[in-house]
Amino acid sequence: MAAVMPDHLHDAHHGPTGLMRWITTTNHKDIGTMYLIFSFIMFLSGGVMALTIRAELFQPGLQVVQPEFFNQLTTMHGLVMVFGAIMPAFVGFANWQIPLMIGASDMAFARMNNWSFWLLPVAAVLLIGSFFVPGGATAAGWTLYAPLSVQMGMGMDMAIFAIHIMGVSSIMGAINIVVTILNMRAPGMTMMKMPLFCWTWLITAYLLIAVMPVLAGAVTMVLTDRHFGTSFFSAAGGGDPVMYQHIFWFFGHPEVYIMILPAFGIVSQIIPTFARKPLFGYASMVYATSSIAILSFSVWAHHMFTTGMPAVGQLFFMYATMLIAVPTGVKVFNWIATMWRGSLTFETPMLWAVGFIFVFTMGGFTGLICAIAPIDIQVQDTYYVVAHFHYVLVAGSLFALFAGAYYWLPKWTGHMPDERIGKLHFWCSIVFFNITFFPMHFLGLAGMPRRIPDYALQFADFNMMASIGAFGFGLSQLIFLVAVVKCVRGGEKAAARSWEGAEGLEWTVPSPAPHHTFEEAPVFK
Amino acid sequence: MSHPTPVAAENRRLLVRLGIAAVVMFGFGFLLVPFYEKICEVTGINNLLKPDTVANTQVDITRTITVQFDANTHDLPWRFRPLQTHVKVHPGELVTVVYEVSNTRNEPVTGQAVPSYGPQLAGQFFRKLECFCFSKQTLAAGEKRTMPVAFVVDPALPADVTTITLSYTFFEVAGRRIADDAAGRRAGAAS
Repeated sequence: MAAVMPDHLHDAHHGPTGLMRWITTTNHKDIGTMYLIFSFIMFLSGGVMALTIRAELFQPGLQVVQPEFFNQLTTMHGLVMVFGAIMPAFVGFANWQIPLMIGASDMAFARMNNWSFWLLPVAAVLLIGSFFVPGGATAAGWTLYAPLSVQMGMGMDMAIFAIHIMGVSSIMGAINIVVTILNMRAPGMTMMKMPLFCWTWLITAYLLIAVMPVLAGAVTMVLTDRHFGTSFFSAAGGGDPVMYQHIFWFFGHPEVYIMILPAFGIVSQIIPTFARKPLFGYASMVYATSSIAILSFSVWAHHMFTTGMPAVGQLFFMYATMLIAVPTGVKVFNWIATMWRGSLTFETPMLWAVGFIFVFTMGGFTGLICAIAPIDIQVQDTYYVVAHFHYVLVAGSLFALFAGAYYWLPKWTGHMPDERIGKLHFWCSIVFFNITFFPMHFLGLAGMPRRIPDYALQFADFNMMASIGAFGFGLSQLIFLVAVVKCVRGGEKAAARSWEGAEGLEWTVPSPAPHHTFEEAPVFK
Repeated sequence: MSHPTPVAAENRRLLVRLGIAAVVMFGFGFLLVPFYEKICEVTGINNLLKPDTVANTQVDITRTITVQFDANTHDLPWRFRPLQTHVKVHPGELVTVVYEVSNTRNEPVTGQAVPSYGPQLAGQFFRKLECFCFSKQTLAAGEKRTMPVAFVVDPALPADVTTITLSYTFFEVAGRRIADDAAGRRAGAAS
């Protein structure tokens, strides 16, 4: 290790220094770090929007913001969290980890990797900047449904361009990941020996290439409807607003799996490490992931049960949706079977991973409930749906991101994260998360609609509870910032194999990982 | 650094293929539009622009339905009204009513009327054999026009429905200029 460290320091000072180093870098580790920092900043921005929403909903009536601005907040919270926080964070993990895990020296197209990242701040400025233009940001909901999205002010145009740019960034990132995984694996690393995180990302990357262009097409149609006299979604010109929903959700449902499959991958790395057993049913995990991806193209209309679809259509999409529970169930059972009779320890990453399984599965079950067409017609656009997708996106994607961050921080920084702070972060998050989102199930079943700044008096108690939980949850995320800053600054030195049961090529390089790794491809046995 | 190796060449090939896949999927998004229209046509879900057919012409004189007429315009400088507020019809009976529309702008304007029904359920029992809503209407500057609607109320109409409201809204077609004006007005009003 001592022999490598000076190398690392030496290498790091090649080329430009200071800010230019970060702007021009083509190193997968630098770019991964920038992705992660960017997504955390966007996470905090989206979080501030969420807390403003919860402050307004703390009690009935209008206290904090005007309804127009409230609608902008719910819309932008969704867009920022989906496209700014969750997706870039997973790409950051991919950048850092995939070359390390498959024994490649860098991503396949290092320069393109740099472009993929630097498009994102541009998109973020456009998106956040739209709050400050006349008419404010788009308020059409993150789904940007026509005809509302055809009518908004220029904030909508900025959101459309931001989506275009983020789409290009995602597609370039996805192509890079596919090529890296297919062509740059170390000798001996066959596809079925690859770490599961790489598998889930490979499949996610294919999904991204397949559906991000469709979203780009949908928002382009909105743009031409707005300014160039087309009538894709305007009934008057022979178009149909319901068609927007079909095209959007053709992207939107695979998008949901784009946000959760890499999370499955992270958890599948962590559970075996702390159970000190190989992953149970590796091959079935690969097949389950592929099945979820393929099925995701045939379920989109379950978001549209109330649009007047024929009963046959409702039945098809209802059964297809329920079918997805099978491969997802395979995964959950495999994780549990991996833990079964393992030598379990509960360091911070493991706590997050187990918490993920527990809470994500609850979100999965409410998803099954929403899949049933007659129930969905009842809960459509209520807080039940809000509770459902926050259980899978916050407790699913976000918790897995935290698990992964604590797991690989030793490799990134060379220091072990502080267990006390990490555990405090976990327990605060999971408790406040449930205080925030569990009551929303009751609110939804009682009929409280989403995206409305005011509500009837009978919803007051649960809303107050949710708002208190939300502020607790929001503040708890600052603990993560403390944990990361502390870990970067110092702490217990991490060994190359930072966790006792950790397996894989990334644990064969020193901690922190030198600037250049695997210049000579390792041989994987 | 970048001397072409077999791997680099292979990477480039895959890059091109995946890039093409992304471009094809962008096109696929637009391809969904005619596909969607075809499905609607085949399944008969969305036949706003086609005359209905009437299978049963037996007039049920035991029932009398009140049909009310309503007319609206959306961001359009037209005066649009029905010449009768309501008629009483027997199910199965062929009835013709007349709407009048006039263009108040001093240039030609094209509009499209979109019907809706109250109660919504009644829509599927309201068969229009002739309607100005089946095609776009272009009115010259200051032109006034009367337009008939011929319809039959299907005798299968549920017994509890005694009143049907037929409401038309005229929208401007390909309203680039007016849509921009409207967006500008809204943006201006909000700021």
